[in-house]
Amino acid sequence: MHKSISQINERIRDGSARVVTAEEMPAIVAELGEQGALKEVDVVTTGTFGAMCSSGAFFNFGHAEPPIRMERIWLNNVEAYGGLAAVDTYIGATQQSDTREDEYGGAHVLEDLVAGKSVELRASSRGTDCYPRRTITTELLLENLNQATMCNPRNAYQRYNAATNTTDRTLHTYMGTLLPGCGNVNFSGAGLLNPLSNDPHCRLIGSGVPIFLCGAQGMVVGEGTQHSPAGGFGTLMVTGDLKQMSPDYMRAATMTGYGVTLYVGLGIPLPVLDIDVVRATAVRDEDISVDILDYAVPSRNRPVLRKVSYAELRSGSIDLNGEEVKTSSLSSFRRARKVAAELKGWVEQGKMQLALPTRPIDAKKVSRPMHQSTLGPRVLDIMDRQVVSIHEDEEIKTAAKKLLKGETNHLPVINAAGILVGIVTTFDISKAVANPGKAHLVKDIMKTKVITAKPDEAVDIAVQKLEKHNISALPVVDAENHVLGILTAMNLGKLFGGRWLK
Amino acid sequence: MKLLVNFSRGKGRKPIIAQVVRDTGVLINVERAVIDSSEGEALIDVPDDQCQLVRDSMTSMGATVHLLENGVNLNESECVDCGACISICPREVFSFDPDWKLSLDEKRCVLCGKCVDACPSHALTLPV
Repeated sequence: MHKSISQINERIRDGSARVVTAEEMPAIVAELGEQGALKEVDVVTTGTFGAMCSSGAFFNFGHAEPPIRMERIWLNNVEAYGGLAAVDTYIGATQQSDTREDEYGGAHVLEDLVAGKSVELRASSRGTDCYPRRTITTELLLENLNQATMCNPRNAYQRYNAATNTTDRTLHTYMGTLLPGCGNVNFSGAGLLNPLSNDPHCRLIGSGVPIFLCGAQGMVVGEGTQHSPAGGFGTLMVTGDLKQMSPDYMRAATMTGYGVTLYVGLGIPLPVLDIDVVRATAVRDEDISVDILDYAVPSRNRPVLRKVSYAELRSGSIDLNGEEVKTSSLSSFRRARKVAAELKGWVEQGKMQLALPTRPIDAKKVSRPMHQSTLGPRVLDIMDRQVVSIHEDEEIKTAAKKLLKGETNHLPVINAAGILVGIVTTFDISKAVANPGKAHLVKDIMKTKVITAKPDEAVDIAVQKLEKHNISALPVVDAENHVLGILTAMNLGKLFGGRWLK
Repeated sequence: MKLLVNFSRGKGRKPIIAQVVRDTGVLINVERAVIDSSEGEALIDVPDDQCQLVRDSMTSMGATVHLLENGVNLNESECVDCGACISICPREVFSFDPDWKLSLDEKRCVLCGKCVDACPSHALTLPV
């Protein structure tokens, strides 16, 4: 059996279409069988509501008198793109305010406009013969704009890897607050309600397909940026009219320590054309799995701790190395349901008809990492190789002499096997001298918890360690913890004026 | 009931909490405490019927005592029911109801404030 899109649209028009949400579909297929479900159901609505950083909107302000060709543009002190003709701009959701930093950003500008609040436009220009005006400041409401078109380059991730943290300190990431020692696991995504998870081969979702976008009727533009459906990480570029949107389905947010983002509500109605659609839309949370990544590793390739399904993640806790760890969602399943339900209402009431893609989306694409023609500076490029170290059984006095002679403030401490076992600083020695006690040897006063760097580590990672731990030197060690050098704040000076900043 | 006790440690560094426990015989549950060389703040939990007794006893020892009637405050119009707070909370204050709406068990809250920072929607605030 096969249903055509025009048959389905006819049923939508005469109000007889059977519309269900993707959450209801698995039970229907289990009850009626695949053929029965195909006969019964005409449309499956999907929905997701989560943080989608790659979002923003195009605005056209109309011309001022005298006219201005805006070159730098701010909306409520959030900079918008000034390279689009005279009075067009694009504001990105994650752009932060010049004055309020992560308290307010592009996402908040969009939310304020949709909520009916006025926003201050400020722009400057060098002035031309045709556009003489050099500055402008004006208060604008959404209705004052000629166009306010949301256009989000990367939304509706098919699924997203979960996050945890094996370090001993709290990490603040775009995946939320990650507690030390794998204290929690954060995840994002609507699982069985997600649009692309219900159409993983992109048979129904493609350019021109009507969607629910933040409460407005929008459209799929095409594949999203970083679209990588071959590995299960498809994305969509979508658009919709900001003037039709509702603050119920779009919310500005701030991930502490990361920055501003926009929560987007997005849903796609899927026509149940054939048995393959029935099978795809019967997907359950149990069937969709993601990796739990360790955000302790500040790299593009983070270690995978285990695989987990959305059903497990949504249960509230999972097993991680024999321990029960609580899970938190960053997206809202309740609002994803509301999106799918609202969209169901639209189709049932004939407010939205369905369409097949005018241009398909490649379902086999794989996204590649950045091509880097030059590598950034690594620790070995700037570290001090002339490192003075001391044996743990030496006297404190010897350490003091070495510090003076070596004109350094940090002495890595090694054991008989030449392995790094601690560090002493001028501060430690001064303290030992000022408060003479039982301590005589270096090992009595050294700090044994040494923060180190690896020679091939990026300098930026080492700098982050210095900042996070509020220290000024990192011993550089090999895999066996032999000291190869030391990186101090002074070495960082080599970065300036050197070949790395060209 | 929860009491927020503030005391200065200037005068002889009296062991206020221990003293009150001994004087009143009330078993005090210390939920959270920050004490440094000069001052201390402790959030304690005491049985409802002995609350006044403990308050009076602590006040007489020079501590300032506030009754904490509310836990962390949730602004429902800002909350999107994501649940970021759920795994952050050390006291299991937050959970989802069967409709995936965030619900709060205020009584469990010890006002540590961890959820306030973790909430992407700025929907959680501590009572002042």
